[in-house]
Amino acid sequence: MELEAAQALGQYAGAGLAAIGSGLAAIGVGNVAGNFLSGALRNPSAANAQTATLFIGIAFAEALGIFAFLVSLLLMFAI
Amino acid sequence: MAEEVHTEGALDAHTGGPDHGEGGLSFHPMDQFIVRPIFGENGDPVHWYTVTNATVWMALAVLCVLGLFVLGTRGRAIVPGRIQSIAELAYGFVYKMVEDVTGRDAVKFFPYIFTLFLFILFANTLALLPMSFSTTSHIAVTAVLALAVFLTVTIVGFVKNGTKFLGLFWVSSAPLVLRPILAVIELISYFVRPVSHSIRLAGNIMAGHAVLKVFAGFAAIAAIAPVSILAITAIYGLEVLVAFIQAYVFTILTCVYLKDALHPSH
Repeated sequence: MELEAAQALGQYAGAGLAAIGSGLAAIGVGNVAGNFLSGALRNPSAANAQTATLFIGIAFAEALGIFAFLVSLLLMFAI
Repeated sequence: MAEEVHTEGALDAHTGGPDHGEGGLSFHPMDQFIVRPIFGENGDPVHWYTVTNATVWMALAVLCVLGLFVLGTRGRAIVPGRIQSIAELAYGFVYKMVEDVTGRDAVKFFPYIFTLFLFILFANTLALLPMSFSTTSHIAVTAVLALAVFLTVTIVGFVKNGTKFLGLFWVSSAPLVLRPILAVIELISYFVRPVSHSIRLAGNIMAGHAVLKVFAGFAAIAAIAPVSILAITAIYGLEVLVAFIQAYVFTILTCVYLKDALHPSH
């Protein structure tokens, strides 16, 4: 295989693999939101005070997905 | 900063430049993030004083914030009008957030946090206008905001607590054997904060706008045009939500980091 073709192949395959990370982050965000909801339905009076914690948890879980997305963008456009 | 922004835009330009030539609507979804000088040709050099679309839209965001609060506080009516109640709502929302998350003694940082929130909120929302430029999609812009927060937190932490601030990295509730390992992890997580803080905002906004443009590209194909237009409408609604939530998340994380600086006991 030519060197450039191999490089392009690696670039696109790597970008696709990195995109898996975004999907995995979605699982994490779903876990956070789902557990919040199941907790909130058991004790609705305590739920309002915890919305800030919910968003912080979602933000931390989401950040890693965004990193994966960024890696795939870098592979596609920057290298 | 303008030069950084320019190189980032140029980066997109040389790989996936505009794909003109074959009629119809064909463009690259990342083209919207290219920083261009407002006056003069497209390829002109960008200096720190050059007026680019990025600086224009940032200035517009600042003007909108100013307008909202100058008009909102002019009447000072007991029964607030439309603009005044929006201003009061925003003020009360952020004030309560600072008080709840950081504590009462952090209220002196409220002006800074409120400014951050309003600037990001208005920059995100203005970016949703058609043909506008999304300033917060550039890591150069958000990195400056996040680094300012990081420096503020570090300096406030050391000024307030002196060397006790280093106790943030020395988890005294953990077993003694684990503490050095935890210290390394805490140190890494402390210094990754500005990176994740800035990339979260930029990545979310960039991803959303790129998706909008991808579906706009599908709209040129007659067979799937209705589906694509429906999808654009739905995603646009989601983006309005994201614009607010990302401003909220950026602000609340600033509050959390400030809490660490003011009360570093682990």
